[in-house]
Amino acid sequence: MLENIRLSFQGLWSHKMRSFLTMLGIIIGIAAIIAIVSTIKGTNEQIKENLIGSGENTVNVRLYQGDNTYEIDYNGVPDGVPVITEETRTKMLDLKHVEGAALYTSREAYNVIYYKNTGLSGGKIYGIDKNYLNACNFIIRKGRGFCESDYKKFRKVVLLDENSSETLFQGEEPVGKTVEIQREPYIVVGIVAKSTKFEPVINSMEDYYTYAENSTGAVYVPDTTWPLLYGYDEPQSMVLKLDSVDNMTVAGKEASAILNGGLFSNDETLKYKADDLLKQAEDLQKLGQSTNTMLIWIAGISLLVGGIGVMNIMLVSVTERTQEIGLKKAIGARKGKVLGQFLTEAAVLTSLGGLIGVIMGIILAEVISRLTGTLVAISVPAAVLAVVFSMAIGIVFGLLPSYKAANLDPIEALRHE
Amino acid sequence: MILDLQNIYKDYQQDKLVVPVLKDVSLQVEEGEYVAIMGPSGSGKTTLMNIIGCLDRPTSGTYLLAGEDVQQCKDREMSDLRLRSIGFVFQSFQLLSRQSALENVALPLSYAGIKKKERRERATQALERVGLGDRVTFKPTQLSGGQKQRVAIARAMVNNPKILLADEPTGALDSKSGQQIMELFSQLNEEGVTIVMITHDRNIAAKAKRIVHIIDGMITEGEKSQPQAGMDIEGSGQKTEQPENEADTKEAEESGKEAENE
Repeated sequence: MLENIRLSFQGLWSHKMRSFLTMLGIIIGIAAIIAIVSTIKGTNEQIKENLIGSGENTVNVRLYQGDNTYEIDYNGVPDGVPVITEETRTKMLDLKHVEGAALYTSREAYNVIYYKNTGLSGGKIYGIDKNYLNACNFIIRKGRGFCESDYKKFRKVVLLDENSSETLFQGEEPVGKTVEIQREPYIVVGIVAKSTKFEPVINSMEDYYTYAENSTGAVYVPDTTWPLLYGYDEPQSMVLKLDSVDNMTVAGKEASAILNGGLFSNDETLKYKADDLLKQAEDLQKLGQSTNTMLIWIAGISLLVGGIGVMNIMLVSVTERTQEIGLKKAIGARKGKVLGQFLTEAAVLTSLGGLIGVIMGIILAEVISRLTGTLVAISVPAAVLAVVFSMAIGIVFGLLPSYKAANLDPIEALRHE
Repeated sequence: MILDLQNIYKDYQQDKLVVPVLKDVSLQVEEGEYVAIMGPSGSGKTTLMNIIGCLDRPTSGTYLLAGEDVQQCKDREMSDLRLRSIGFVFQSFQLLSRQSALENVALPLSYAGIKKKERRERATQALERVGLGDRVTFKPTQLSGGQKQRVAIARAMVNNPKILLADEPTGALDSKSGQQIMELFSQLNEEGVTIVMITHDRNIAAKAKRIVHIIDGMITEGEKSQPQAGMDIEGSGQKTEQPENEADTKEAEESGKEAENE
């Protein structure tokens, strides 16, 4: 086999121009497909990233009233929404794809947090359980996180994220200082940050508001101290950490169903729902899909033409090398050997074309990306598939010429000039 | 016995006409013999060579190659017979021009599934045997006609075939290199190689130990000490095991066969 491949390269090299021209059809076809696929994948990933944030594989399950999240600030504590128990939380961990689950309560933090005279206008305040930091991929930048006794002893301690710490302290060392939340003194014990930075692309005003809200900052207190601030056990939300972004929809639905089972409200519109960003992203991605499929088909036709070119040149090659084939058969090469030799040659020719095509396609995709400013993502499976597919083209279109070669009559073939 | 052809007939179909090429050919060759099959063009000697070389099958008759019935062989087994039992030497050398002498010689070894290292060793030995130990890396285009034919002989010998089958081995060579090739054949024969050579050249045939004439698809035995005119089909001085078809008529042929059967 290796011998055959070596011979094939030798043969192709001896007809450089011809081999290249034969490969051209395959090169163009594969390059076009790779460029299209990379652009599609890039666009899709951009959509997904804009909505979800790259590398963030958490999904929030929150209480909704109809189509909107339940606004506790305006509506107060609802009836018939029980506290989510530890038991329910551990049940979530048994769901497929779920790696972590945490509970939290949250409110908009308009003018409730101060350090000296500096207030945090906007932003959010979270009451978090002890699993939250872990589930949301937070890392401690300074100080410490919350410990068991913070929860047990209802300590008034607070964690700031980098934005809120910057707004409140403006460069001053925050850890150990006291801030005022709802007129209660809280001691800053640490600064936290997301382990993956989310830098969304802002395409609309809505994007901007979302971004602004996220970037004004958030503060975190132990959920056991929440009633000290707001007086009640408020409806909780849940955050699930998943093994992959792609499982958001499934896991989110299952978790919502479990939580909804515990509701006994008179208000039928009160429901737990997962923020299904993935589905939104997929809906957007689907819009472009049909055009792209069409483009791939057109590129596929170029591959077909390329394949016919390969068949043609292989037939010429068989005719040219009739004497060589005759000799090989005369000195004892079995049919299969001859067949294998020519099939290998065709496959090597098209695989090489495919490989060059992949490289050209990547270059082309990069150029498109530079010119139009769209994101391009090279898909490794697509590249591998492209090369394998070109090899298959070689084998399919090489079959007829190889069969012809293998069945030559050695006597006739040897006499051929 | 290496070769045993009995009552071989070969017809070719031309449109609706059946053209007989070989008519009741019988020929036996013992191990270590050096036989020349001589005949003018159109006599059927090439067809006979193709049959001996397992490239073609007779229309009827039996052909035993080292005891194996070739007529019964499938296509694949014919290939294997050519690979292991027969070494071909062609008039036009038939070397692969892009490959070195060594690679050309090693070709049959690769078909026999021999490992690369051993292939190199055996091909080198074969080239040394024909006196080209210093030309292993040369391409055929860098070799003279005589040297090319030596490479071809090395290729034919490399799988240790039962017989060496040469078709006009000197036909494309000048007389001097032709002579050297004939010396090589004689030397190989002395080393025990069975050689069957096909030629129309009387002087070349004279180098063999035994001459078989073929005319119009029928063979007659000749003796090397008595060179004969090509058209003279009268076998002279045959004495051994060979059956003889000197008959001009079919009746005589029949009677000859009967005699042989007894």
